[in-house]
Amino acid sequence: MSKSLIEVSLHEIAHGRTGDKGDRLLLSVIPYDETGYAPIAEQVTESRMFEMFRHRGATEARRYELPKLYAFNFVIENALQGGVNNSLNLDGHGKTLSFLALTMKVCVSPGVLAAAMKARST
Amino acid sequence: MAIENMHIGGAAAFADDRLDVGIPVANALIDSGKPAALFYENLAERTLALAHRELRKDPLKGYTPDLAGFVSPVLRRCVENGVPVIGNFGAANPMGAAKRLHELAKELGVKGLRVAVVEGDDLRDVIRDLGAEQWGDEVPIDLSNTEVLAANAYLGAEPIADALDLEPHIVVTGRVTDSALALGPLMQHFGWQVGDWDKMAAGVLVGHLLECGGQVTGGYFADPGFKDVANLANLGFPIAEVEADGSFVITKPDGTGGVVNEQTVKEQILYELDDPSNYLTPDVILDISEVELQQIGPDRVRVSGVKGKPAPDTLKVTVSIDGGWLGEGEISYAGPNALARARLAAEILRQRVDLLHLDCDLRTDLIGTVSIHDGDSGELTKSYDGEPLEVRVRAAANANDEATAWTVAREVQALYCNGPAGGGGVRRNITERVKTGSVLVSRRDVMPRVSMVTEDDV
Repeated sequence: MSKSLIEVSLHEIAHGRTGDKGDRLLLSVIPYDETGYAPIAEQVTESRMFEMFRHRGATEARRYELPKLYAFNFVIENALQGGVNNSLNLDGHGKTLSFLALTMKVCVSPGVLAAAMKARST
Repeated sequence: MAIENMHIGGAAAFADDRLDVGIPVANALIDSGKPAALFYENLAERTLALAHRELRKDPLKGYTPDLAGFVSPVLRRCVENGVPVIGNFGAANPMGAAKRLHELAKELGVKGLRVAVVEGDDLRDVIRDLGAEQWGDEVPIDLSNTEVLAANAYLGAEPIADALDLEPHIVVTGRVTDSALALGPLMQHFGWQVGDWDKMAAGVLVGHLLECGGQVTGGYFADPGFKDVANLANLGFPIAEVEADGSFVITKPDGTGGVVNEQTVKEQILYELDDPSNYLTPDVILDISEVELQQIGPDRVRVSGVKGKPAPDTLKVTVSIDGGWLGEGEISYAGPNALARARLAAEILRQRVDLLHLDCDLRTDLIGTVSIHDGDSGELTKSYDGEPLEVRVRAAANANDEATAWTVAREVQALYCNGPAGGGGVRRNITERVKTGSVLVSRRDVMPRVSMVTEDDV
């Protein structure tokens, strides 16, 4: 990585929400500013997202890119350990898991971070 | 002459939603003077099985438990101003809900109520014989040697549009796809037909954005310092102002809390979505990959560019069977060495389950460390090295029988006198579980029915 890049958690530059269908976790990642789209596309890959959920028994992560909406949708299979019907986790829906995904580290330029910070909490 | 815009309000996202949020939405719809409809989503995936259990205990129940709580505050004004109320209030007993609504009208002095009822979703008695195919690649549920608690097809918007042709004040449905609660009135108003795929898709997107109520208007969104939202205690629920071509504006009633912006709309567009180019509904296959958003004013976001593809040949059916029992217990440890005492308590609970030969799957959590993001194996919790000021130990067990589930919960309580020092605040609970699976059936096997229930019928 170039020295001019800053390592931050994804939470600094993006927001998201999770939903569930059975044992399948559905997770959006949305950059606060459009300039966040490219670094996320490059770094928040299917394999890195899969690693975030491996400890929960996930078997696959798929990513859909939405360049018009400037957003990403992830589908993570078998991340809910039975889902709402069968899970022993307090959060059987996986509703809190968007904030696990947002702990992923990404490297961004100061300009991308500044644009995100400006777009936050307007 | 161009057909007038229609305004659709979403006033509930689930059966436990706030009961008072429909009032400002109904008032805004009425004050707009536009053709309008107000809908309530009350039926989560497992709710129908629970409703069937209620119905079995009492034949007058089995519809949404808070029916009167949702409808009472808006009924008179909606009836007097010709704004139909549409809800999947019926659950396992749509006719029971219709009767209850007539009682309610009587209590409130509302005369001449007309309730249209959509049925035909209930396939409980025939599902074994339909040769249904498995949906997706989930593990099929085994229907042999078990009772089917509920089997309901997701009906589409057409029967709701048909029901609205009868000029009811209220439309009660059982299981319909949530978005149909919005698409139904739009089809009826604009005359959209099966085959108008882009318009049908737009109507589905209206429903998709509104069916979770406050989730598109700033609810379930706030992250202080990152995404601030004002006045969530008075969160305004959403209204879509829909044009004849299917483009629409998402907004909320004036004077309410929350916010509508591109961020809130994006989170809700993608909510519970799998492949964004192929979102299957009974009415149309939705493609939101070309959708564009534009903030055109405060709390007003314009949505356009949604595409539709021909509806699938099959309908999805959710089948529910008995899912055993969940037993849970919790106890807190606080102050010096709290984490070590909590870890010891969890270890003791595991040993007790072994000693008593309890036939169950056990999970223990250390709440206050990393419990909820962790898997059942506790991998993240084991490596946690912080020193929290307090930790709450939770044990959760799945068992086939009630007694085993209860024994696990009881063992948490027994830590009071037999576990580590200073444990307190025990709570315990057992829950009867429902297992659900999804299958696909041919449209020919599902016959939606619409009927009108007037004062004279009850």
